[in-house]
Amino acid sequence: MVYTLKVNGDTKTLNIDGDTPLLWVLRDHLGLTGTKFGCGVAACGACTVHVDGIATRSCVLPIEAVAGSEIRTIEDLAQGDTLHKVQQAWIDNQVPQCGYCQSGMIMAVVALLEETPQPTDEDIDNAITNICRCGTYNRIRKAIHQVAEA
Amino acid sequence: MSTHPKALKITKRALLVGGLAVGGGLVVGYAYLRDKPGTAGFGAFGVAGTALNAWVKITPEGRIILAVPRGEMGQGVYTAIAMLIAEELEVGLDQIEVEHPDVDGKYANAFILTESMPQFRPLIWLGERVAAALPLIATGGSTTIRDGWEAMRRVGASARMMLVQAAAISWDVAFDECEAKLGVVNHPKTGRSLSYGDLAEAAAQIKPPADPQLKPPSEFRLVGTPAPRIDIPAKVTGQAQFGIDVVLPGMLYAAVRQCPLRGGRLVSYDAEAVMGLPGVEAVTPVHGGVAVVAHSYWQASKALEALAVEFEDGGNGELSSKSISALYHEAMDSGDVICVREEGDTKRSLKTSAKTHEAIYELPFLAHTCMEPMNCTAIVKGDRVEIWLGCQSPTMANWGAAEGAGVETDKVTTHVTFMGGGFGRRQEVDISRQAAQIARAVEGRPVKLIWSREEDVQHDSYRPAVLAKFQAGLDESGSLTAWTNRLVLQSVDVGYGQRNLPALLVGDGSDDMSMTQGADDLPYALPHLTVEKVVMDLPVDVGYWRSVGHSYNGFFTESFIDELAALSKQDPYAYRRGLLRQAPRHLQVLNILAEKAGWEIPLAAGRGRGMALHESFGSVVGQVAEISLSAQGELSVDRVICVVDCGMTVNPDTIVAQMQSGIVYGLSAALYGEITLEAGQIVQSNFPDYEALKLAAMPAIETYIVPSTDYPGGVGEPGTPPIAPALTNALFNATGKRIRKLPLKNLDFLSL
Ligand code: FES
Ligand code: FES
Repeated sequence: MVYTLKVNGDTKTLNIDGDTPLLWVLRDHLGLTGTKFGCGVAACGACTVHVDGIATRSCVLPIEAVAGSEIRTIEDLAQGDTLHKVQQAWIDNQVPQCGYCQSGMIMAVVALLEETPQPTDEDIDNAITNICRCGTYNRIRKAIHQVAEA
Repeated sequence: MSTHPKALKITKRALLVGGLAVGGGLVVGYAYLRDKPGTAGFGAFGVAGTALNAWVKITPEGRIILAVPRGEMGQGVYTAIAMLIAEELEVGLDQIEVEHPDVDGKYANAFILTESMPQFRPLIWLGERVAAALPLIATGGSTTIRDGWEAMRRVGASARMMLVQAAAISWDVAFDECEAKLGVVNHPKTGRSLSYGDLAEAAAQIKPPADPQLKPPSEFRLVGTPAPRIDIPAKVTGQAQFGIDVVLPGMLYAAVRQCPLRGGRLVSYDAEAVMGLPGVEAVTPVHGGVAVVAHSYWQASKALEALAVEFEDGGNGELSSKSISALYHEAMDSGDVICVREEGDTKRSLKTSAKTHEAIYELPFLAHTCMEPMNCTAIVKGDRVEIWLGCQSPTMANWGAAEGAGVETDKVTTHVTFMGGGFGRRQEVDISRQAAQIARAVEGRPVKLIWSREEDVQHDSYRPAVLAKFQAGLDESGSLTAWTNRLVLQSVDVGYGQRNLPALLVGDGSDDMSMTQGADDLPYALPHLTVEKVVMDLPVDVGYWRSVGHSYNGFFTESFIDELAALSKQDPYAYRRGLLRQAPRHLQVLNILAEKAGWEIPLAAGRGRGMALHESFGSVVGQVAEISLSAQGELSVDRVICVVDCGMTVNPDTIVAQMQSGIVYGLSAALYGEITLEAGQIVQSNFPDYEALKLAAMPAIETYIVPSTDYPGGVGEPGTPPIAPALTNALFNATGKRIRKLPLKNLDFLSL
């Protein structure tokens, strides 16, 4: 089947099996490897991207369900050399360790802040349910508050 | 990693080499001369007498490139090495570029065995690539160094001295009149200056100094200060390349299914039925199972799912966590006991004690669940193999690929990427062996093998399950006189060895020091002490898990000490303090911990506070956990105070991050972590049933670093051991109930 989606502002047309998860479309067919595979069952959040502005776990989302949608990935956050304020806060707070979960984390946080610019700790607890095996959570929380207060 | 930390303060003769770099410029690095070249173990691999570690290169354009043949997995190794070099080279940290050198097959043999073990000890690299890569080698003095901490600084200092010397010669002035600063050599008297780039070629002709002068730590401007990590910017934009991100032209994808039965094997599969599925290119047997190769990973996964596969159980179809526990209990009483340490006369002391106390603890197998599932990309062309992966041991990756493709190890080139977590998992031959087997089956075409999370959880090298028994004797006054500790578990040295090493290097576990590490070297004054172990042989793969033996022995010993404190009706802090009179370093950590935690301040009802103190890998860490139990029986870990004495620090910000990381890793295990077996298979398969701590459950963590001028200890692992006992000791404090089994998720706190 042929599917059309908008990825990071560009229209992409792909001839692909309709059940292919968006995650693998991005990674293997569009070369956008910033979005990661962690579990394949929507349990870890490593694959989080924005689908029409909503933070979505792409590993269980077949392409046929998102045809025509606007997809935004980690690769689209920075504008040229200017980092997104969440990315900058990640550097300021030295958040990443191995870094593998961080694309998904950052996409989840960007969506949270777009919806709730001044989140409470409880908002953060409820919205950021991604797994980080390196345990960077406290710096994540701190970085989110830094962005919110700026 | 299994080696005792003290043994790792390597005293080796090391040879500084420096000379003209390939492509011009100056290269300086270190070669180690092993004490006993050609001993049976190492000699078997054709390891020559020298091996080289990281090296620094200064190009004529003035670029300063540091090559670290070692994986970055978030522990900040790149930055730490760069800081040590920059400190002595007199350049800014931002002037250094770090690169991953490829490990050419020709030199890979030289990565000696020890290199594969101490994955959390970032300062040890061995390899002889540089020596061979240098067309001209000027040899400096042979000298004795302790390890990477000094070696890296010596590399920086030597390069600086060679550059200054080159400047002094060109100006015809005295060496001492010149000074190096931020990549430039100045001659203040005449106001002349030359950049390192300008001097690189001339410096390459100079013999490296026999004994480069190192700065005294009091003069450090960089080392010991918090520095931003070099690898972080790429990790916020999605640009950092992990193994799973490797893309090669014409690349195929592979998914694998391995025998779920412990000790079982693949019997048959029906390739015909899936060969016609979309995109499928090949179905091929691999070590441990069968792989499907297709044009996309999704196609490979789907076809694999459709593939009918038959496995046999290898006679272990009855194996279960229950049967293993029964075996352990039996072995505790009647197994072959190996005495690891004996001080005084424990038996007599126990007999004559006024009071004795006994307790049995039990811990489950644990998986690593690195965030990035195991993966490796490979291409085979005739007898040449190339692999790409994030790994803790290029040696193991190389061996695995060579075996998988059926070539000699010197025919394999390994490209090392970032790792999405390692924790002791990424140093096995399994993934590169399978990738090379698959690449051989589709020879000439690159193929990326990715394990599903289910394969990752079910085919890990697990932290061993352990049964521990303690007996203590106390005199009339309640003072501790005797301590016995018997451990029943599998040996990770044996397990790891059987999977990864030539048979001649695999022992029987009797000398596996990791099993009792953190149990036989307690800081407490114990006049009569016996530590024993029983080595179990089971068809469950065990391996190195963050902090290895300390991960369980920290829990056991710090829980049992807490039991004894309660038994003698003493405050756990005061009790430990009384036993630490001969251990000033531990006592200092404990005192700071009590002060920072506000140990004396009473807590409200329903809350609890517990402490634990544990030394591992040369660092002493104390932690206090504060918890609450709700009326509904819900546990929350509110606050963790962590005090670490890791000697001199390189990058304090990384130490704080590593303490947090170690605590979260240990908390996940204490709260949720257990790998269980049923009918010969691992029960858990993915994050929903092998949970990890999430943000909402995070305690606040406060970390304090004890100022020290001692030799640097590890920081990646030592944060993990104390957290579980601090937590369960806090539960005891809140409820009066002692917890001797983990994980806590199996407990009903309401019935405590
Ligand atoms: S990979 Fe999608 S949630 Fe884990
Ligand atoms: S930084 Fe390693 S998993 Fe989050």
